[in-house]
Amino acid sequence: MTALVEKRGLVEVRGLEKRFAMPTHFLSREKPVLHALNGVDAVVRQGEAFCVVGESGCGKTTLGRIVMGLTEPSNGEVHFDGTRIDNLSDSRRRPFRARMQMVFQNPYASLNPRRTVFDTLAEPLRHLSPQMRRAEVRDAVEAVMLAVGADPKWGRRMPHEFSGGQRQRIAIARALVTDPEFIVADEPISALDVSIQAQILNLMTKAREERGLTYLFITHDLSVVQHFGDRVAVMYLGRIVELAGVEELFDRPRHPYTRLLLDAIPKLEGGSFERERKPGELPNSIKLPPGCSFAPRCPLANDRCRAERPALLPAGPAEVACFAVEEGRD
Amino acid sequence: MALLEVRGLEVAFPKGPHDEALALRGVDLDLDPGERLGVVGESGAGKSMLAFAILNLISEPGRISAGSIRFDGRNLLTLPAKEIRNIRGNRISMIFQDPMMTLNPVLTIGRQMVETLQAHRRIGWAKARKLSIERLAQVAIPTPESRFDSYPHELSGGLRQRVVIAIALLTDPEIIIADEPTTALDVTIQAEIMSLILRLCRDNRVGLILITHDLSVVAEVTERLMIMYAGKVVEEGPTRQIIDHPGHPYSRGLLAALPQRVERGQRLNQIPGTMPGIADLPTGCAYHPRCERAIAGCHIDIPELEAHGSRRISCFRPLLAGAEA
Repeated sequence: MTALVEKRGLVEVRGLEKRFAMPTHFLSREKPVLHALNGVDAVVRQGEAFCVVGESGCGKTTLGRIVMGLTEPSNGEVHFDGTRIDNLSDSRRRPFRARMQMVFQNPYASLNPRRTVFDTLAEPLRHLSPQMRRAEVRDAVEAVMLAVGADPKWGRRMPHEFSGGQRQRIAIARALVTDPEFIVADEPISALDVSIQAQILNLMTKAREERGLTYLFITHDLSVVQHFGDRVAVMYLGRIVELAGVEELFDRPRHPYTRLLLDAIPKLEGGSFERERKPGELPNSIKLPPGCSFAPRCPLANDRCRAERPALLPAGPAEVACFAVEEGRD
Repeated sequence: MALLEVRGLEVAFPKGPHDEALALRGVDLDLDPGERLGVVGESGAGKSMLAFAILNLISEPGRISAGSIRFDGRNLLTLPAKEIRNIRGNRISMIFQDPMMTLNPVLTIGRQMVETLQAHRRIGWAKARKLSIERLAQVAIPTPESRFDSYPHELSGGLRQRVVIAIALLTDPEIIIADEPTTALDVTIQAEIMSLILRLCRDNRVGLILITHDLSVVAEVTERLMIMYAGKVVEEGPTRQIIDHPGHPYSRGLLAALPQRVERGQRLNQIPGTMPGIADLPTGCAYHPRCERAIAGCHIDIPELEAHGSRRISCFRPLLAGAEA
């Protein structure tokens, strides 16, 4: 872990907030607002696999999209390699687009069904490096296909001819074709079968080793985090509640929500589902509770937790946003 | 005799004008009263097809082309429709992945529960309401009296799936078939729902057929396990035994591919290639093109499901170390 601490930050987000206006009811004056992100600060260090975990609605996908510039933040900043990029014009942002790429969850939706595989892979180069000659583009596409274990003959075919795993290989090839330094991967294996998940994870590990990639890896699957990640941020209702090295987090989860998550993982050894569990639901991101968002489900919550919002503070080698941990009540 | 006994079940789909492809290729299954069986496979392996076939719910253009399904001694495939209805949704209940496949969005939860009860027995509204509220309480739904009058859209995904379980339990079924009941839910909600299903089945001696792609969930909940590949059972036996000592190379491959099975940061053990579709199966064992143990005969003959101690494996070269344990 110490070696990582000295590595510089490649991507940094500061005070990120995102609010989405929700449809209003025609009889109501209320303008409901969904709070997807409520102040997220994080640094992704050069060369690491930074994982973001959390359940649906925690804001992990919004975070990834804001970093990539696909969604505009309501507040806060995104920095890439020392430059603030969230407020750049399209043309000034273009050089950064080649350096950061994204892999989406659903390879059935993320590939254009009317384009051949070759055109899909050549498009980022034609767009971002217009000076490249046709032969150069062709060579680059062929090289990246070989790198992801795709037959270059696939180039003439259409996406619908491929299985989910093959499509995800193509999507990864598209992300790698501009030779980026940084990849946001949003649940890249969740839509795939178990035997294919291993293929894709191995491919992403290999790409990382060969190209020195930095990943922002968004997932709900903790066993994948444990295998793949270096550091992990646990999100709950638009905030990071715990940030730690992966081994530290699994050996010593500190935040009560992290503990609940780890405790909920089904295990091959069995025994996790023996205990009765009361229904705990995510509170709604439209009406957030005033204090700690997790307080309504938290076994350690007291009056302070229900009134004030805990900040993300160092706790041993980790960072935790929890009054119970702060006060030693955990 | 087992409570449910499936023999040689085949489901066929048309492939071209004169040809058919088999989605299930001769599946046997036994379930004793109160037994919990897991059915695991990748998408397209035929596990959901098996669930629908057991309830005789295969819709056009598919059809059950061979085999028998005996429940309590009677063959469901030859039973008159009226008697099937007396079994389906009554003595055998089903829980689907999407709770909205069960719930009608325009009716209150209470109305749907009362109607379910009244479809299967003579019972008055007041009594049916009381029983429904009891079941809602049993699946730990907060304030069941007020939830009785809620519409499905007023509940979260986790609560909806609890309501579906309450409906499945209404008629005191002997078997529940659950098809990926938690796949659409978050991990903390999955743990709640699966521990609920486990406890309800165990306490009331309800048989469970749990269909899932998740080996860890099966390990937590079931006693016996069936692994399917390309429409066939490749291995069947006590869950613990298969997970600790898989006997079929595919079972071993699936287990070995899980991230929890390798050291952190090490390469995962991947199975090369993909499962073939039902319309273009290879000759011989359907798994042989991906199998690391395949020998010359594997691409010629289809291996039978043969008994090895307390389990059955369909492979010419099963991994038998520890299989008899």
